[in-house]
Amino acid sequence: MARLLGILVAAIAVTFGANWLLDSFVDEYVVRIINLCGISIILAVSLNVINGLCGQFSLGHAGFMAIGAYVSAYFTTTLRYFDEAATKYVAIEPMFASEWGFVPALLAGGLVAAAAGAVVGIPTLRLKGDYLAIATLGFGEIVTIMITNFEKVGGANGLPGLPPYSNTFWIFSFVVLVIMLSWTLQRSTFGRALIAIRENELAAEVMGIPASRLKVMAFIYGAFFAGVAGGLLGHLLQTISPATFNFMKSIEVVVMLVLGGLGSMTGAVVGAIVLTALPEALRDVESGLGLPGIRMVVYSLVLILLMIFRPQGIFGQKELSLKLLARLLPGKKGDK
Amino acid sequence: MTALLETSDLTIRFGGLTAVDTFNLSIQEGELFGLIGPNGAGKTTVFNMLTGVYLPSEGTVHFREKLINGRNPVQVARMGISRTFQNIRLFDELSVLENAMTGAHQHSKLTIFDSLFRTPRHFREEQRQRDRAYELLEFMGLEDRAGLPAKQLPYGHRRKLEIARALATEPKLICLDEPAAGMNTGEKAELSALIRKIRDELNVTVLVIEHDMKLVMGICEKIQVLDYGKTIALGTPGEIQNDPKVIEAYLGGD
Repeated sequence: MARLLGILVAAIAVTFGANWLLDSFVDEYVVRIINLCGISIILAVSLNVINGLCGQFSLGHAGFMAIGAYVSAYFTTTLRYFDEAATKYVAIEPMFASEWGFVPALLAGGLVAAAAGAVVGIPTLRLKGDYLAIATLGFGEIVTIMITNFEKVGGANGLPGLPPYSNTFWIFSFVVLVIMLSWTLQRSTFGRALIAIRENELAAEVMGIPASRLKVMAFIYGAFFAGVAGGLLGHLLQTISPATFNFMKSIEVVVMLVLGGLGSMTGAVVGAIVLTALPEALRDVESGLGLPGIRMVVYSLVLILLMIFRPQGIFGQKELSLKLLARLLPGKKGDK
Repeated sequence: MTALLETSDLTIRFGGLTAVDTFNLSIQEGELFGLIGPNGAGKTTVFNMLTGVYLPSEGTVHFREKLINGRNPVQVARMGISRTFQNIRLFDELSVLENAMTGAHQHSKLTIFDSLFRTPRHFREEQRQRDRAYELLEFMGLEDRAGLPAKQLPYGHRRKLEIARALATEPKLICLDEPAAGMNTGEKAELSALIRKIRDELNVTVLVIEHDMKLVMGICEKIQVLDYGKTIALGTPGEIQNDPKVIEAYLGGD
């Protein structure tokens, strides 16, 4: 535990330094992309616990993000809406009016999302495969439709004026946290139990592994970090609307996982970075060729080619480790 | 003395088909019990009812005087019944050692936070599971393969690993579903010795379903014969071998 704490403190110190360096010397646009990559990593790594480790195909991640984003915004942002009864505009001042309130607001968003994860997970995780995917997709749609019809948070127009609290430091602190916790989870008796459920649920249950309870646990874990990521995204974009969190967002995260290799945390990280940075990197190609729109064609082509030539994803189910690196380095053979 | 496992008029119907009909079974603690019968006799269905996978239509199952009907597989496993599968169900992506360790998971008292934040309890539990799993791999003669992914194991070893994993749950009763299927004569002899060792050294009561007559006759002290969901004979191997009904069921009569 002490070692873990040491790594955590060191990693957060590094993100603090990186935040300062990026803010001082690097182009704002690049910093923005790095930050978006960070949020994608949180989403992909947390979804990997549900879809990859536990093998439960969920398409509800955007729903949890939306909950996290709106709940955290509720605590940090002034809400202005038209009061029908009083026929005038009303403003609700935020509960946490300073930047100190950002982390509590994020955690509150994560906790509400986690609670929603439990509420959704307990009934739907009895379903398997495609049925679970459809049920979780439905959940995500319910969330966005509810927000659309909730005038106090801006309804379909969205909620503007979120304070710009998200920065590289906060985003990557949570990146470090989610990677570390997912790693310790994966390499524990619970991680093995989750993989056992994925590999053969009946055999896992006959071994006394409480499959339903662990599936819900994985769902809650993933939902919590999706909620936090939603809050971070909200305070980065400064405006959130239901459309930000539609089902395309969920599918985007699933594609990141599949691209990186479902079940591999390293793969989730790489998939998240590639899919977030690639469309931006391709902007140069677009302007260079003078063909507007070619960007998304190339992007799709990359995905298609990757799925044809490496259907198991970039990493398969492997993790990037020193041992794997040693084996890949030329001239140095592994232990065989 | 009351039996370790006792079923009374156990019946299960799938639509119009009565797969198992008023089945009575009584196994004493420490017995090595064989359940045999031709293909489709309902042996695996009995196992599925004993382990909570199927809910019987009628009748009861008592294990250590507690009712099993209506409990799910997880609860039954935690009461002390473990099993293997006719069509092997290993966790292919986990290593051989990790497969055996999953059997020990149910006895862990860890909370998820112990593992997430790596408390000393987490490390003690990992050590306990690893030691126990390794002991059982040694017992089954698989210790050299501990680090291999389970999917790379040869067939005979896969069967043994399933037994090791089932034993890691520390069961009172282990149900082996055709453990010798697909094995050659040498492997079968070795397996017979292992099954006897499970009972003698680990003090686990064994219920075995098997097609191979020689193996069952060689190791079981008591044998029950099932045909078309009904019990047609019960007795010692000697009695069973000479029972005309059994001979008819196996060789066919007119």
